[in-house]
Amino acid sequence: MFATMTNGLDFHSKALIVRAERQRVIASNIANADTPGYVARDLDFRDAMAAASGSSAQLAGPRIRATAAQPGHMALAGSTIGSLGGTEGLAYTVQTQPSMDGNSVDLDRERANFADNTVRYEATLRFINGSSKTILSAIQGQ
Amino acid sequence: MSMFSIFNVSGSAISAQSQRLNVVASNLANADAVAGPDGQGYKGRQVVFETVSMGSDASSGVRVNAVKESNEPLRKVHNPNHPSADADGYVTHSNVNPVEEMVNMISASRSYQNNVEVMNTAKTLLLKTLQMGQ
Repeated sequence: MFATMTNGLDFHSKALIVRAERQRVIASNIANADTPGYVARDLDFRDAMAAASGSSAQLAGPRIRATAAQPGHMALAGSTIGSLGGTEGLAYTVQTQPSMDGNSVDLDRERANFADNTVRYEATLRFINGSSKTILSAIQGQ
Repeated sequence: MSMFSIFNVSGSAISAQSQRLNVVASNLANADAVAGPDGQGYKGRQVVFETVSMGSDASSGVRVNAVKESNEPLRKVHNPNHPSADADGYVTHSNVNPVEEMVNMISASRSYQNNVEVMNTAKTLLLKTLQMGQ
């Protein structure tokens, strides 16, 4: 009974971790916008989410498909993100405007991604707050 | 919380960019310097950035790997009346190009601003996360 109540909460907390991870990757890209030879990274939210939630992915209703793999992303096997415990790969972004120093960061795209990820992180936070309020009011019965 | 490392990443970038700004300032300050008696004029300097890992694969910061002197030839101006003129009447100036340095300065300042904004956003998100469930 209680498990079904907290399932949504569990799912959103995992989504929050993946969002934080992506925020970190994009922050690294922006930090390295002027580093010669740096290759921009990104993670595919759907794959990362599937890896983080494992077999329990199908039980949560809002299976996030809105952020499907971008056409510019190339999947990469082998690299892992330790803190998530999953094995989803960090992809390399494809250069749209190649530069002489081999840096593949597109600052405009990274900033857009950063803003997008920020909003989605806040949305996930609100989902969590909403579910926790729902559970609290169910417990208190007032 | 993994988002805390954003502060390290952006902080390293801010520090590297401010070092770049420092070098630009020193280049611009010496743009009109003439060579001393030894004939060695001021040579423009450039920072070389390098990616540095911040503990995990996902987060990588920046550091200044080296500050290199420019190899461009020093600017020689014919001015026999100048006290620093050599035997042929040429005065050796620094090889700094002020236009390039101004562009460099704008680029450094924009990158600095970008990273400050990233830090602020991360801070806002973390503060909101702290208030979770209230």
